[in-house]
Order: sequence, then structure tokens, then C-alpha cells
Amino acid sequence: MLLREVEYARPASVQEALRLLGANDGARALAGGQTLINVMKARAASPDVLVDLADIGELRGIELGSDGTLELGAMTTYSDIIDSAEARARPILGEVCDQIADVQVRNRGTIGGNVCSNDPTNHLPPLLVAIGATMTIVGKDGERSVPAEEFFLGVYMTAAGPGELLTKISVPPGKSDGFASVPIGKDGTCIVNVAASLDGGAVRLAIGCVDAVPVLLKPESTDDGAVRSAVQGANLDPPWDVHASADYRRHLAEVLALRAVAQAVGRN
Amino acid sequence: MEAVSRKTITVDVNGEQYEREVDARRLLIHFIRDDLDLTGSHIGCDTGNCGACSVLLDGTLVKSCMLLAVQADGAKIETVEGLAADGELNGLQQAFSDHHGLQCGYCTPGMLMSATALLRKNKSPSEDEIRRGIQGNICRCTGYVNIVEAIKAAAE
Repeated sequence: MLLREVEYARPASVQEALRLLGANDGARALAGGQTLINVMKARAASPDVLVDLADIGELRGIELGSDGTLELGAMTTYSDIIDSAEARARPILGEVCDQIADVQVRNRGTIGGNVCSNDPTNHLPPLLVAIGATMTIVGKDGERSVPAEEFFLGVYMTAAGPGELLTKISVPPGKSDGFASVPIGKDGTCIVNVAASLDGGAVRLAIGCVDAVPVLLKPESTDDGAVRSAVQGANLDPPWDVHASADYRRHLAEVLALRAVAQAVGRN
Repeated sequence: MEAVSRKTITVDVNGEQYEREVDARRLLIHFIRDDLDLTGSHIGCDTGNCGACSVLLDGTLVKSCMLLAVQADGAKIETVEGLAADGELNGLQQAFSDHHGLQCGYCTPGMLMSATALLRKNKSPSEDEIRRGIQGNICRCTGYVNIVEAIKAAAE
């Protein structure tokens, strides 16, 4: 398909990318392009300038700190995460990335692109909220850190505003995590997904696809009754579509929350 | 550096160097098919679902309808035309022929590139690994059984 005319630049540094993004209101960062190029075909997005982040080395790579914190560059692909020995420090990351779409998409799609597009059906927003990740955003006024639960602001909207860039995602150590979903076909778009994480006695649940942003819940315990009542108490008002009614999504949220918590408990 | 709407790019496709000026908005698949006249790679859905446009970019399997040609500047691209050396089918292509791994043939170039990427990474994949390897490629004729058989045979 013929895209609308667009300008293109491939800067080599974050500073240069910020300058290009700041120079034009219609400029957008291009990460893996596995969403953006398609929405440009549909004219659902029509950026004037694409700032390709592919050559910015500092946005790539996975580092495991001495305290067990994982630092993932925003341009790290799903395949990079799946294949990375360091990323196994938090096994759920690679496991969930391996459920996204197909080989080709996993080879190009990036962790930063996934969270910055913030499609409510994406896998990584609820996962990163549940495991307590921190996002580093750089803008012309410098660098700031935003907890994942404050990063997602609305459908397709995040705390990384115009002229800013998400540069890295930090994930604390841990292994007691779970992820459960009902997708449209294996590894397809999620109808509902739930991520769970245990930190000591505390339970964190994040439900995706039921609201504009992941719904973070903190059940009192990992007991089925506590998990069910936390989900029921959230009074979810999910959207309905051809794949599922709102009632069915509410039902799935509860069932998948139990499954995700059970998986997390099994790894405790 | 300034953003540009047109750019001269250099790519290596199947071992041959090409230098062309392209619009920034041009998709890689259009560049390969229309500018380089390598029409083996197909456009099926043009939405990133069907995989008929799959090529290898610096050894990595990608769907060339979800990439701009300018993003491939400086890259090494492998398309289905590069598989047969001197007009002789390679082992994988011969296996597709022997096992009836195609009917209409529209998905075949993409299937071959996905299978090529899989077999480079995994010399003896299980049936499950083969099916996951071609998950991004849709075939509406075969039901996949003979495609999986062909890839299994090529691995052996």
C-alpha cells in the first residue's frame, strides 16, 4: 500500500533524535514499526516525520545489574529478550514475549514500541505493571523515571509525551510471576490477559484488555477467594466487540487472574 | 542530520549490490518487487498477517510489507530468488516439490524464507518447532501438513 508522504531520519544518538522529534509537531519515533507502519497504511496515523531509532546503540541491549535489576533498552526486540541469557533473570519476560504474534514480528517488534503504543490488548503493559517495572523517559528537560503503573495514561497514550523518548525499562529481580490470557488464536491478539507477581507476601495483579490502561489490583492473599473478590471489587466495565461480550471479558478477568496467580504461586 | 522525503539507499540483495533513490514512504516489498524487479516475494494481505512478503534482512526473518525501504539502507537482503543456485532448486525447494508442499504457490516464497530462517537456527526442528517457525505465514490451500512434511524432509 502506498503510504502518505513522510520524511525520514535515522539519527545516531538520543540527543539528535530528541532534536528531530522536537523540531516538528508531526514527528514520531519509529521503533520496530510492527504497529506504526500498519496504522500508517490505514491512515489511522499520519506522521509528517519518522525518526527511526534503529541506529541508536544506547537504546539496545539487556544488562543485568549486580543487584539483580534488569535494564532493557527500549529498542530491544522480543527475539532479543527470548534469546537473552541475562533476561532469564526474570523468566516471565521471555515467556510472554514468546507469545506475541509470530517469528517475523518478534524479530522486529520492540519492548519500547509495545509499551509506547499502549494498545490495550498488548501483552507487555499489564506484565510490566504487575512486576513493578520502571520506565526511563528522556526529554529536552532531562531524564526522569516513571513507575509502570503511572506510565500508561490512556488508549495509545503514555507518560512519554510529544518530543520525549522512552529509553529504557528497569525490571527488579524476582521469579514468582504468572501470565494468563485468552488470545484470538494461538499467540494472537489477547481478548483478556492477566499478569500476576508475588513480592514476599504481597500480590500484584494487572488485568489487560478490560480498560484503557492495565487495571492494577492488590488482593489480600493468593487464596482463590481473595483473588476473586479483588477482581469483582474492581467493578470492571470492559469493552465488548465481535470476539467477546463485556460480561464474558469480566468472567475471563476473574478466571485468568486465578490462573496467573496459581502460576506465580507455583514458582514461589 | 535533517529528515528527508527521498533518499538514495544501498542494499545487497542475494549478493548483488543495488543503489536506488527511493521515497521515504516506499515499503520494502514494493522496492524489492517494483524497483528491483524481483517479483518472487509476494504481497498477500499488506497488513503484516500473511507472511507472503517474508525476506531475510541481515539474516533475520522479517515481513517486508512492515518495513520501509529506507530502513533497509545498508542491509543485506535475501529473497526467494537467492535460494536456487544456477537455476537448480536447493534442498528445501526440492523437498517442497517432492512433498507437494504447495498448491497455488502464492505463499510459497514466504514459506521458503521462514523455513530457511528456521533451519539455519535449528538443524533438526521438531514438528512443533516447524509449526511455530511458519506461524507467521498463512497458506489457504494445503492445510500445512505437506509444508511441515517438506521442511521436516529438508532438515534430514
